[in-house]
Amino acid sequence: MNAPVTPTEDLLRVRDLRKRFAVKGGIFSRIVDQVHAVDGVSFEIGKGETLGLVGESGCGKSTTGRCILRLIEPSSGEVWFQGNDVTRMDGDALRSLRRDMQIIFQDPYASLNPRLKVGAIIGEALTIHKLAPTQKAMEDRVVQLLETVGLQPDHMHRFPHEFSGGQRQRIGIARALAVEPKLIVCDEPVSALDVSIQAQVINLLEDLQEEFGLTYLFIAHDLSVVEHISTRVAVMYLGRVVEIAPSRELYDNPLHPYTEALLSAVPIPDPTVKRKRIMLQGDVPNPIRPPSGCHFHTRCPIAKPDCAQRVPELRESKPGHWVSCHYRG
Amino acid sequence: MQDTLLDIRGLKTWFKTEDGMVRAVDGVDLRIDRGETVGVVGESGCGKTVTARSVLKLIDMPPGRFEAGQILWQGRDIIPLDQDEMNQIRAREIAIIFQEPMTSLNPVYTVGDQIAEVIALHQKLSPRQAMAGAAEMLRLVNIPNPQKRVHDYPHQFSGGMRQRVMIAMALSCQPKLLIADEPTTALDVTIQAQILELMQEMKDKFGMSIMLITHAMGVVAETCQRVTVMYAGKVVEEAPVEALFGDPRHPYTQGLIRSIPRIDRAVSRQARLESIQGTVPSLLNPPAGCRFAARCKHAMDICTQGIPPLKEVAPGHRVACVL
Repeated sequence: MNAPVTPTEDLLRVRDLRKRFAVKGGIFSRIVDQVHAVDGVSFEIGKGETLGLVGESGCGKSTTGRCILRLIEPSSGEVWFQGNDVTRMDGDALRSLRRDMQIIFQDPYASLNPRLKVGAIIGEALTIHKLAPTQKAMEDRVVQLLETVGLQPDHMHRFPHEFSGGQRQRIGIARALAVEPKLIVCDEPVSALDVSIQAQVINLLEDLQEEFGLTYLFIAHDLSVVEHISTRVAVMYLGRVVEIAPSRELYDNPLHPYTEALLSAVPIPDPTVKRKRIMLQGDVPNPIRPPSGCHFHTRCPIAKPDCAQRVPELRESKPGHWVSCHYRG
Repeated sequence: MQDTLLDIRGLKTWFKTEDGMVRAVDGVDLRIDRGETVGVVGESGCGKTVTARSVLKLIDMPPGRFEAGQILWQGRDIIPLDQDEMNQIRAREIAIIFQEPMTSLNPVYTVGDQIAEVIALHQKLSPRQAMAGAAEMLRLVNIPNPQKRVHDYPHQFSGGMRQRVMIAMALSCQPKLLIADEPTTALDVTIQAQILELMQEMKDKFGMSIMLITHAMGVVAETCQRVTVMYAGKVVEEAPVEALFGDPRHPYTQGLIRSIPRIDRAVSRQARLESIQGTVPSLLNPPAGCRFAARCKHAMDICTQGIPPLKEVAPGHRVACVL
């Protein structure tokens, strides 16, 4: 199977990643079905790059991110990070991997332990990875991290509930940075924040990327935010990547009919802009029994009979622009 | 002006808490004319939802209370009305839909039962006729197989379909005003587009007015004729939609509009997003003077002394800023 290759040095390569979840039912909780949450996803992320992963609820974008970190065990496929297959790691190798890859979650209210002070939340990772030999060294490092994300040193003595949503997200970022990671999976990091605060956090993520040479996998459903922050963008639909392209290219010349519809549905904050909207009919189909062939054919405005039979492969339509559609690109 | 449906004047809805009085809505003026869609925008805690719920008197009292102001519904102040009179208005004239359709539908009744209940409240019909009416409403909001789906329970519908059910229920009393409180916030963009289109279609069909509460500037730009921007319990700017986006006057409105990344412009990631520094002030002890002063780039001494009143800067365009 073909897969996109970029000329830059890849930090992460994902190959044919799959994750099936069992659906249990009946009185004995037997496995009655399987959800194909991630259904053969391949991409890579170059060093220092931001890959945006977009799609609607249930398309598998968060599961993909978690499989890469092995917070969820993938069912099959390979995840290559700096030349090692993450899916085969265990013990010490996995622990050291956790230093290199970190995650920032969507909900800054649910992802911080409410009983720990901020100093302990950030310091915990330093202790686990033995990065702070003394109490003093640990406190110094926590203060440094708080300042890096725009918080005050005395904030380390407070509890999470004393902070606003935007500040909590900064704490989450400081916690991720504590172990000096190379890759950060940002899972909807600004979705729960108000717009004015959202802009502050996006700017912070961009500054940190520049300062520490970080690589991001940026998962979000907000296409405007993803376009702004990403170098390249991958669009997912029902567990599969349907299109990958450099950010501006994807927005200017979307090839896949789903990408096109998705982009045209984004409301533009300018009443003088009038666009033609491609209205998709119906809802996303049930991932337990996804449509045959191309998963999108049931809602696709240009579907032809064979779309229900043949699965389109992701192929390179122009340099760096990959699309999986029989009739586009 | 003669066709004013709703006219909120100087409304103050406060909440008594253990820590003191929270001035959630603190002197709000808002007008909605017949047939127009008015957007009420602002961030979490600015008082937009409390304003909307005040109109239907859906505020628990206590802890809430109307401290001052009037809510004129077709010229009559509804604040002094009793429960029965309010129910008349809720049943026939003003309907509301919420952000989270799952929590606003009753999970143990079929959607048909729930819609038929509204219809029966409004018209004298047999249960069978009311159920047929419910199916008709589902068909109207483009739910496939309405005859069959009336017998389904809310959990059998997707998020977008549930919001359609809510709209069907709200419209079944043929209201003059539909209050939509973040109706598409929980939905995906393609589904959001469907629901916004449906609301527009229904508005044209029934000639009702819509009060659209949202934090999404894009949604406002595409659906509203006039917009009211709220910040920390107060109205900071009010304008026709073109003027608000083309010539925003209040520094908060300007910041809000500029802090959104735009996919329709080829600026991309080189440009930094403009952000508004700091966070929203506490409504327990709101700052004296302009509530935005602490975060405002143009703040001067005078801003912290008195609260700037709304002043008209162009026809229909009013701003609460000394600049």
